[in-house]
Amino acid sequence: MRQLIEFKNIVKEFNGTLVLKGINLVIHENEFVTLLGPSGCGKTTLLRILGGFLSQTEGEVIFDGIEISNVPPYKREINTVFQRYALFPHMNVFDNIAFGLNIKKQDKNTIKQKVTRMLKLVGLEGYEDRPVTLMSGGQQQRVAIARALVNEPMVLLLDEPLGALDLKLRKEMQHELKKIQQEVGITFIYVTHDQEEALTMSDTIVVMNNGEIQQIGTPTDIYNEPENRFVADFIGESNLMEGNMVADYRVRFDDHEFECIDSGFSDMAPVDIVLRPEDIDIVPVEMGKLRGIVQSSLFKGVHFEIVVETPYREFIIHTTDNAAIGQEVGLHFFPEDIHIMYRIGY
Amino acid sequence: MVGSKRRTWIRVLLIAGVLLFFYAPIASLMVFSFNDSRSLTSWAGFSTQWYTALFNNREMMSAIYVTLVVALLSTFVSTVVGTLTAIGISKSRKIIRELIINVNNFPILNPEIVTAIGLMLLFSSLSIEKGMLTMLVAHIIFSTPYVILTVLPKLRGLDPDITEAAMDLGATPAQALWKVIIPLIMPGVISGALLAFTMSFDDFVISYFVSGNGVKNISILVYTMSKRINPTINALSTILVVIITVVLLIVNLLPMLKKKELRGAE
Repeated sequence: MRQLIEFKNIVKEFNGTLVLKGINLVIHENEFVTLLGPSGCGKTTLLRILGGFLSQTEGEVIFDGIEISNVPPYKREINTVFQRYALFPHMNVFDNIAFGLNIKKQDKNTIKQKVTRMLKLVGLEGYEDRPVTLMSGGQQQRVAIARALVNEPMVLLLDEPLGALDLKLRKEMQHELKKIQQEVGITFIYVTHDQEEALTMSDTIVVMNNGEIQQIGTPTDIYNEPENRFVADFIGESNLMEGNMVADYRVRFDDHEFECIDSGFSDMAPVDIVLRPEDIDIVPVEMGKLRGIVQSSLFKGVHFEIVVETPYREFIIHTTDNAAIGQEVGLHFFPEDIHIMYRIGY
Repeated sequence: MVGSKRRTWIRVLLIAGVLLFFYAPIASLMVFSFNDSRSLTSWAGFSTQWYTALFNNREMMSAIYVTLVVALLSTFVSTVVGTLTAIGISKSRKIIRELIINVNNFPILNPEIVTAIGLMLLFSSLSIEKGMLTMLVAHIIFSTPYVILTVLPKLRGLDPDITEAAMDLGATPAQALWKVIIPLIMPGVISGALLAFTMSFDDFVISYFVSGNGVKNISILVYTMSKRINPTINALSTILVVIITVVLLIVNLLPMLKKKELRGAE
């Protein structure tokens, strides 16, 4: 894939606070990239710098081979779907979508054709004359997407666009957005704090915290091989432990040594260890690698969320088999379920 | 039951009393504009002679002309300046915004007579000849803060991303202003313009101090005539009341009709 956007050492300072601390990131053509992180991590700031609504304190933004820091937003081949849609309330659906084309003075027939095609793409045929103020959140969302895509941008920016929708609609729109992205074949840059949304839609996830990139990778990479404690904790629920590498393929935590699949650490290197709740099984005491007492069990629909207390900590376990509270059980996991990361002082 | 009935009566009487107090003077003024004699208190039969006299009175017609020209021009200028200033204020940093809003409120709270004398001294010290131009400038100065004050809440109600959305779609800042922001704050701009027009139209204190060389608006003329008052003033007032009533009816009925149309379209 061809490289389309490159952020080079982007620093952004607001009133003496560093919001972005040197972001380096490459985004390719036709890629669905998600900037994921808690609120205040700088993800929206980065998006607004790319859109041209903010300028960085330091660094370069290369777009299609050209440095665009001084290009105003209306000259960038980038369109945005805003968090609260920012539709024009004094216009109907057709005029909202046609806004960009009207500005470019395209002829009436072309505009009509393009708008009709977009309405079909987002599933709003026949809504042309509807005032946008009378539409539901989900419909306004679709108008906002159509209004941006009709300009045939090279990149579509989406700033937490599903935040205001209810759960069911959000899931529906996730699939639809992915479908639309594949249909129009352009780069989507998506900002969210919802890890599940990121895992569902993205080709690449960029995990951010405190103005820094924590990890860049595919959803499976990020989930299965988190690079540090923050990523492990932010993506999915996890049991996080501190331990040491005893030798290659041997890790020690909670006063036990375990076989693992990681190597190349120095001897007794301090590490963080992740065990995903769904990777732990509850087994009879004598078959377990660790043992503990069942503290609580919650039915979550697909699985039970069981908390088992060992002498060192409480483990969260997701399993389809229930266990009685107060029962002593064994915990079992395989060497490949133990994820080991360098410990960082964060 | 009896008690509540009595209370209803008291209520009706009270409202009737208040309305009478408000509107009887205006009604009597209108009635006596059609009086056949010079008297403002005893009825001598119907006539339209005072209307004829009004239109033949050059001084009165010139006052009407001055009033209308000053009102229209000052409304136009203060609406444009006020609206643009309000947009600027809404985009400024919080400290600057609050500072300018407070500075803006000052002339509104300031007694009119102080503004009037201030402006008079200003024009004298700059040795600008007093006349229609000085009146116009003064009217622009005192109307603009009201326009700003009326437009600001409309801007505050806008989606903060809406300007960016327009620019994102290729609109230059000027296009974003014309195609998105101005249409959205139009109701506020219109109220501001109406307010500016009304303020200018019936201003006496400031106009009196900043005008000269025989340039008079209606208020000044009526004031200077008050010693030898005659029913031409009633005729003029009647015309004004009728115009204002018609304008008010239009302003209030139009949105209602529009709403009905929208509902019908659905």
